[in-house]
Amino acid sequence: MTVHLFTALVFFGSFLAGFLGALTGLGGGVVVVPMLTLLFHVDIRYAIGASLVSVIATSSGAAAAYVREGYSNIRIGMFLETATTIGAIVGALVALRVTGSAIAVVFGLVLLYSAFLSGRHREASGQTIQSSALANRLRLSASYPTPHGPEHYGVTGVSAGYGLMFGAGVLSGLLGIGSGAVKVIAMDQAMKIPFKVSTTTSNFMIGVTAAASAGLYLSRGYIAPGIAMPVMLGVLAGSLIGAKVLVRAQVKVLRYVFAAVIVVLGFEMIFNGLTGRL
Amino acid sequence: MNQTGWTDQRIEVIIGTLLRMGVMLAAAVVFIGGVLYLVRHGQETIHYSTFHGEPEALKSIPGVLKSAGAGQARAIIQLGLLLLIATPIARVLFSAIAFALEHDYLYVVITLVVLVVLLYSLLGSTG
Repeated sequence: MTVHLFTALVFFGSFLAGFLGALTGLGGGVVVVPMLTLLFHVDIRYAIGASLVSVIATSSGAAAAYVREGYSNIRIGMFLETATTIGAIVGALVALRVTGSAIAVVFGLVLLYSAFLSGRHREASGQTIQSSALANRLRLSASYPTPHGPEHYGVTGVSAGYGLMFGAGVLSGLLGIGSGAVKVIAMDQAMKIPFKVSTTTSNFMIGVTAAASAGLYLSRGYIAPGIAMPVMLGVLAGSLIGAKVLVRAQVKVLRYVFAAVIVVLGFEMIFNGLTGRL
Repeated sequence: MNQTGWTDQRIEVIIGTLLRMGVMLAAAVVFIGGVLYLVRHGQETIHYSTFHGEPEALKSIPGVLKSAGAGQARAIIQLGLLLLIATPIARVLFSAIAFALEHDYLYVVITLVVLVVLLYSLLGSTG
């Protein structure tokens, strides 16, 4: 395959991934690595490096929009980033040592799990809780805008959330994904932070987490400009346009289609990993 | 909330805008490098199926700067990617300054921990 053709096809695929990722809220990062490895037979470590770069681009690019809404909690984000960034470096160091097949199997399992998560619908509980002593010491509680004025929320389960965040960081560094789903679970389920606050805070953490492992991938020679260029530009353009279309689109059917694609990719990754083809 | 008038929200909006400009600048540099790369190497054949590591000139910050300065297309792309990786690092740095302006020293320390981890990843592990 020539550089021309490779660049054009990868750009198109990444554009589609970013577009659908933004529309469905599932993130484009999860399909970039399977696309590069299964379709274009790119070495999985090169694919992870390129994917990390695109994750940073979408997270940093969307930060301004999220912040303006006033939901994200920078203290919670920064405190938990001490866990995700260290986790990301651990994950990246593991990825540089294990075989590509092992990474592929773990990747497949994570894909299946995230498809499963996207199928479940969680309602906002709406009840406010008392902050734990540790959360108070860290000044994690805050207020967020609701239709009837700003509402105060407490935070609890700090240690459990912190542990989950470390895990999210490891997955991000190991697989080159944003692992936004795990971050939201840590905040929403373990720490009882309101759902809107959890998702927007997660978005701004994703870029910082990905940067922690991207630096390592770059300095070890795993970021190939010829691959990262079409991936980054494609995902960025796709997600920017996807976010614009989002307001008008009927996304429910699309979510199911995208989740189905993720399931297929998940099984493909596991199969190829187990048979040693990746 | 505090006397200095620096609210979290206001600082965050400024940081968010700076971040988006950083991403756009990085994307522009990657795009320029990409066009040069396609013009000069478009007809070559790709071989990404086995990992052989990028050359030294594309792995370290001084190497990338030197080769990009010499007009090498792949190094210009890599420079754009470095700018992109720098945007979250800049955000953390700005947050540290913001917390210092609010006299929130606990969070200055927490933020500096994150900053050190990020800088270690990019600089400390080279070589």
